Amino acid sequence: MGARCRRDALPGLVPCAAARALGNVHGALPLGTSRASGVFTGVPPEEARRGGLKLEAAFLQYTFSGLTIGAIYALVALGYNIIYNVTEVINFAQGEFVMLGGLFAVFFAGSLGFPLWLGFPAAVAVVALVGLAMERFVLRNARNATVLSFIIITIAFSILLKGTAMFAWGKDPYTLPAFTSGKPFFVGGAAIQPQALWVLGIGGLVVAGLSLFFHRSMYGKAMLACADNPAAARMMGIPVKRMVLLSFVLSAAIGAVAGGVITPISLMEYDRGALLGLKGFGAAVLGGLGQFPGALVAGLFLGLTESFCAGYLSSGYKDAVALILLLMALFFKPEGLFGSREAASLKRF
Amino acid sequence: MNRSSIPDGEVLNSMEDSDPILTLEGVGMTFGGVTALRDVAHEVPAGIIQAVIGPNGAGKTTLFHCISGMLQPTSGRVLFQGRPITGLPPHRIACRGVSRTFQHVALFKAMTVLENVMVGRHPRSRSGFWAAGLRLPGMRREEKRIREKASEILDLVGLADAAPLAAGTLPLGKQKILEVARALATDPRLLLLDEPAGGLNMNETEELGELIRRICSDGTTVMLVEHDMNLVMEISHRVLVLHYGERLASGSPGEIKDHPDVVEAYLGGG
Amino acid sequence: MSPADRRLFFLAVLFLAVFPQAVSSFDAVSHYVDIMVFVGIYSLVTLGLCMLMGYAGQISLAQAAFFGVGAYSSGILTVHLGWNPWAAMVAGAVVAALLAWAVGIPALRLKGHYLAMATLGFGVIVHIVFKEEGEWTGGPSGLVGIPPLTAGGWELYREIHWYYLVWGTVLVALLFCFHVIRSRVGRALMAIHEEEKAAEAMGVPTARYKVQVFVLSGVFAAVAGSFYCHYVGFLDPNSFDLMWSIRFVLMVMVGGMQSLWGALLGTALLIFAGNEWLHVFAEYEILIYGAILLGVVLFLPSGLVSLFSTHRFSRKSPGRAREPAPEE
Repeated sequence: MGARCRRDALPGLVPCAAARALGNVHGALPLGTSRASGVFTGVPPEEARRGGLKLEAAFLQYTFSGLTIGAIYALVALGYNIIYNVTEVINFAQGEFVMLGGLFAVFFAGSLGFPLWLGFPAAVAVVALVGLAMERFVLRNARNATVLSFIIITIAFSILLKGTAMFAWGKDPYTLPAFTSGKPFFVGGAAIQPQALWVLGIGGLVVAGLSLFFHRSMYGKAMLACADNPAAARMMGIPVKRMVLLSFVLSAAIGAVAGGVITPISLMEYDRGALLGLKGFGAAVLGGLGQFPGALVAGLFLGLTESFCAGYLSSGYKDAVALILLLMALFFKPEGLFGSREAASLKRF
Repeated sequence: MNRSSIPDGEVLNSMEDSDPILTLEGVGMTFGGVTALRDVAHEVPAGIIQAVIGPNGAGKTTLFHCISGMLQPTSGRVLFQGRPITGLPPHRIACRGVSRTFQHVALFKAMTVLENVMVGRHPRSRSGFWAAGLRLPGMRREEKRIREKASEILDLVGLADAAPLAAGTLPLGKQKILEVARALATDPRLLLLDEPAGGLNMNETEELGELIRRICSDGTTVMLVEHDMNLVMEISHRVLVLHYGERLASGSPGEIKDHPDVVEAYLGGG
Repeated sequence: MSPADRRLFFLAVLFLAVFPQAVSSFDAVSHYVDIMVFVGIYSLVTLGLCMLMGYAGQISLAQAAFFGVGAYSSGILTVHLGWNPWAAMVAGAVVAALLAWAVGIPALRLKGHYLAMATLGFGVIVHIVFKEEGEWTGGPSGLVGIPPLTAGGWELYREIHWYYLVWGTVLVALLFCFHVIRSRVGRALMAIHEEEKAAEAMGVPTARYKVQVFVLSGVFAAVAGSFYCHYVGFLDPNSFDLMWSIRFVLMVMVGGMQSLWGALLGTALLIFAGNEWLHVFAEYEILIYGAILLGVVLFLPSGLVSLFSTHRFSRKSPGRAREPAPEE
């Protein structure tokens, strides 16, 4: 099911043989392996280091791949923030929305042969429905749950999604054709894929759209009100339950967008969700849970840090970088860089 | 209730000559933009029943939080038996001899009544993980003592029959009493009761009043945040009035009842 | 221990004693002894987790990491440095204790979601270290050549001996935990779980106790890991990943978070099911786990043990309105 790596790939696609060689991608993986998400912008870090590129070019290369993957982390962080703002719940399944977005895009554009401009939005829509289902059937039945139960519920849902993906798509990684075909172009010696620009562009659009939504539309403003004070919001006639539902749908959609847009670059497979979700959460915490601009800055920062670590230090440990930053933030500054300490202590974690 | 049990002025004055059990020095508490307490200064003599009253939002519960350590005052100091306790974690303050109840009953609902009180014995017992896990003889003796003392306290407050029941199944009146019993188990020198009569009917309130009097006559100083003015006037020796986080007035119940500022705070524009 | 628990304990000892004989007579199930060794090893982990989750009310998604610390300590010290396996086990437990203490102090200040994420993150970091430090751990291809445990010159490799060793340890750990629960510390832990602020106001040093239980759970997991290392003889980092941490949580929840017996039951069920009955459904394994976890937490929050004693548990949240505390 879906478009596996094909030799007769459209131009612009990362050739799968190269992907396998560089990313250690191979078929049947042992259960539970979660692999680092590789971001290929045309030149792998190891090769850059080996003197194939000049120093400045390498730096630019890492910056660009950092910004690209950082945009994804920022989008995931936004997803967490939206749900958190309205419900004070952390949705552990956020990363799975990204994974599903990518895989569904592969399904629509690949197996079903839809053109990308149809397949991508279709994938986003389907995943948004998954988000709706999650809220409606799972969370709403857990009204009386303790915080502990809630956490386990979202974790359970996330592994349910992962299990379904594994069942439907198997353990292999899949790829998607890039949104526009074209060879990588060079800036100061660094190779930049057109898809990376799509990532940044679409990411920017999502952010702009969200801003408009929250500050200009009635629904958006209502959602912000719910975050502040659900009781008061309810008394003002705001249908809190619907806002909660909307927050899940929106979050899922944003996650799916991130997934669809990154798959052409770094492939997608069934178990990518956990690590993406964790790193996105790291960005959300670093930026201050619930703070949108913080999520953006922190996401990009996380992506850059990870990219530089992979390039200059050790690519094996690059996943650990984001996680260490997450732990540091949680332990020493849980309100994040942009939140206030009082706000942090007042919120129920 | 027996009015003649309130000590007269002379006895009270002699009490106030000895060192106060609690001293508040310029205690202030600000969160975000809100100043809940501003420069509250007061001394509580040992062995009395000290009421703290004031309109809603006056900062009474916040004051209790500052004393018991749940909150750290943003300014000022709290001294217990002459020693500063500001900034100490609540469990240390409890070990020093300050215990409390909560405005919204905070019992361990799934544990039995007896077990709730046994938890109160924590500061007066010592067995740790190893002693417990290996079931050392010292630990077993201590368990027996804890259980006996907890039973005694339940007898004292009249809840002995309820000992094996889950605390959450008791009616509210008994829950409030249980919370007092639990706090008593810590052997406090100072007991903070936060709206103990909230939700109680007249009979229950009377029983509560009796209990508080008995606690006081056994030597424990009691501080009482209450809205039930009858109860306050009946049993307190001293009353402190807070308004908008500031000390408004202090004195005997009789003095406070007719104090013009107090009357205005409660009835007037305030 | 309560009379009921004491009875169950003797029943358990009886069952465990008889089980190998009963099972080895039938070819079809003779390998159950081997499975039971694994059940025992994992039970050690879930006992510790049960203390942490069910009694102290905290969550940890890092138990697989502690399990791995014990396993790799044993593996590395015996394979690369030639240590005595028992000494290596102790070392593993010490490392796990130190790690749990170091991470626990800042992490357990956090609540709910934050704590879960922190332990999740920590667990994944440790997993990455196992994969990356190939020189010591053998990386993804694994660590081989692990020597067997020895007792006075005599090598421990027979299944049945491992069975007794592991289950003996589990029974001792179980007793220890029961004693802790029925003590001042146990009451304090439950108080922390129910109303942390009130517990603190009654003189319970909540932060210290939470860290101590976390350390206990880490040490139990590490010892289990050391057993695993010597029993299996080979270590692969995939046995210590996030999915395993989630499996441990699942085992505790399925059995009943607030019951030590529940932890054993849940572990036994899931390991047997995973090995025996879901063989066919390998691709669905994760899916089934997710569904079970979801089902349990939504519809049977007090776990399977609540089906056995209706008066012990309340429906809404894992609670323990139970029979009068016995005299000792």
